Amino acid sequence: MNPDYEKILKSAQDLRWDIGVDFHEKTMEALYTDATRIADRAVTYPEEKPRFDLDRSIDKLVTSRVWGFPLMILMLTFVFWLTITGANYPSSVLFSLLIDKVHPLLKAGVASIGMPWWLDGVLIDGAYLATAWVVSVMLPPMAIFFPLFTLLEDFGYLPRVAFNLDHIFRKAGAHGKQALSMTMGFGCNAAGVISTRIIDSPRERLIAIITNNFSLCNGRWPTQILIATIFIGTMVPAYLGGLISAVSVVAIALLGVLLTFVVSWALSRTILKGEVSTFTLELPPYRPPRILRTLYTSMIDRTLVVLWRAVVFALPAGMILWISANLMISGVSLAEHLVNILNPFGLLLGLNGIILVAYIVAIPANEIVIPTIMMLTVLITGGNGIGAGSGVIFEPESGLATLDILTQGGWTLLTGVNLMLFSLIHNPCSTTIYTIYKETGSAKWTAIASLLPIAMGFVITFFTAQIWRLIAGW
Amino acid sequence: MDQEIDKKQLEGSGLAGITADCASCPVHHAANLKKLGVDMENWDFVVALAGNPNTGKSTVFNALTGLRQHTGNWPGKTVTRAEGGFEYAEKRYKLVDLPGTYSLLATSLDEEIARDFILFAKPDVTIVVVDASRLERNLNLVLQVLEITNRVVICLNLMDEADRHQMKVDPRRLARDLGVPVVPTVARYDEGLEDLLAAIHEVADGVTLAKPYHVNYDNPKLDRAVSQLVTQIKEVFPGVPNACWVALRLLDGDERIIQAVEDGELGDLTYTQDDLDGASGSHVSHKSGFAQ
Repeated sequence: MNPDYEKILKSAQDLRWDIGVDFHEKTMEALYTDATRIADRAVTYPEEKPRFDLDRSIDKLVTSRVWGFPLMILMLTFVFWLTITGANYPSSVLFSLLIDKVHPLLKAGVASIGMPWWLDGVLIDGAYLATAWVVSVMLPPMAIFFPLFTLLEDFGYLPRVAFNLDHIFRKAGAHGKQALSMTMGFGCNAAGVISTRIIDSPRERLIAIITNNFSLCNGRWPTQILIATIFIGTMVPAYLGGLISAVSVVAIALLGVLLTFVVSWALSRTILKGEVSTFTLELPPYRPPRILRTLYTSMIDRTLVVLWRAVVFALPAGMILWISANLMISGVSLAEHLVNILNPFGLLLGLNGIILVAYIVAIPANEIVIPTIMMLTVLITGGNGIGAGSGVIFEPESGLATLDILTQGGWTLLTGVNLMLFSLIHNPCSTTIYTIYKETGSAKWTAIASLLPIAMGFVITFFTAQIWRLIAGW
Repeated sequence: MDQEIDKKQLEGSGLAGITADCASCPVHHAANLKKLGVDMENWDFVVALAGNPNTGKSTVFNALTGLRQHTGNWPGKTVTRAEGGFEYAEKRYKLVDLPGTYSLLATSLDEEIARDFILFAKPDVTIVVVDASRLERNLNLVLQVLEITNRVVICLNLMDEADRHQMKVDPRRLARDLGVPVVPTVARYDEGLEDLLAAIHEVADGVTLAKPYHVNYDNPKLDRAVSQLVTQIKEVFPGVPNACWVALRLLDGDERIIQAVEDGELGDLTYTQDDLDGASGSHVSHKSGFAQ
């Protein structure tokens, strides 16, 4: 080191003894005193306190011990109910346009220019149909869900959620701000993992990163919504269908929150032991949301970004699926081979081989789980006239027709419920895994964050299946 | 020479009728903001946005750059450093949105990112966005920033919130007490941004000469220690603009600053002619991730 530099450091060290140990506190005190004095000179407060403070009245309600949680759950249910019922109609319109109308046109078009059957299959029946499915099923719910969520965020509700959940996280040995990263995870787990940067302590940040996957992300909402609609919504009279579906989706989301607490608790008592750090959380004033701007930005920033990602992954996945369904090895397609291999294990979990294959295909993006399942089901059960040839991703016009296909494929209510469970509890998507690696810089923690949930998923679906079968008697 | 370039630029931009006098008049600048988004090539000035969490830094950032950095009504939402550009009064500015912090003591990653940027990247202007309805707490950060740099503009934001709570905040009084420009704004509704731009421009250009307020520690022992260290620092690193602050940090045992002395990085803090001409490089080391 340069001797001059050393001299400075040396005298700093010597002087430190002269100025006394409480110097840090004293300088901070001086800073606060000056800030107070300057602020007092610049601000004139109202002579009388206003009698009614709207912010405080709302806060008393939404953070109250009695009403805080019920209000939170009620609000969540309302948002999903709006999403499910509101998305129904635009989804079917988009579907009939993209698949019933445009698809035959495209088929006729390529037939007229004499495209070879395999290229036609890969491009139109594979890539196009997968993309069309993703757009028609994902766009409407997202276009409703994200603006609603952004409005709540703009209004200032999120910090109140964090406030309500803080003491639970504390008991679980985690950081209260994890409530915020968890909420971000409901949009996208990769974003949720990045948002854990607001947590300073590495131990608590790791807990938040590992458990973020239990926040149901938007890639998985459509799966939950569809399965809830066709398996659970159809068990009750039609006018209750939307509400019951919404309630069951909320139940799965709340199970995810519960798992977040349980896993945080377990981690903080085993491999991530340590003290809980305290923090101050400011409850910002409520601000009237700027509705048009919110609609615009949530449309551009969230809906279209997420949709684009889904499309980017759906395109190649559709091609690969079509090829694997048409590539014959000793008379049976590659896809069918895979399904047969995984089927015994799948049935043990109350799922089936098709679902497991779909989850492997969907590691890059959970959005394409359902289209893959549908395609493979039709392929294995022979379709019975419902599909449109082997390896064609398609979507029947209504939920009931989907139910028919799935029942033909041997699906029961148990399969539906377990698919919802497994969709909540499995490994994060590849984007999230990569983000976890970038944020932690550690292969070990990335592996734990990826493998822990899938192991839990296997265990939970296994026991659900065994208990279900015991009770149902088969 | 400059005059010629100016003319060419004016002609190129279809503003040939505007004379050089017009170009130097503040009124002409008023409607002159060009949002450049992520186009940040060849900037003349670097501007940093600091402030407490949830005071509207990202909203100001979006309003000036035309970008759509995610905003939300909760503290701690900006966790990465966002950068964007804008052009005002024929100068190109690079704007850096820093994470919100309550102090600059670098006790957390956020504070470290914000502090290191203001200190080592030497922005030409640091805007401190302040919540007018919570002035006292916000001033703690302002006073700390003023110890590091005198090229500061205070953006007194959320004036509508203060109104709603029937508080009267006097920007001129504040400006006099702090010794730097103070501009009242309501960034959510684009109010006051013109004045903010003008103030940024004047500080960047060196038109405004700031005499920032420095905290009075009222501690003779400390004063003696600081002045002794300041003398030494100024000998070894002539031109360091914030020797007092560096001395305080060294006395406090701040490891990042000790390290900056050890490897001589502190010498880079000197404002050289290059810096004053603009186009300084960023020395900030951006930390990401942590090893367990």
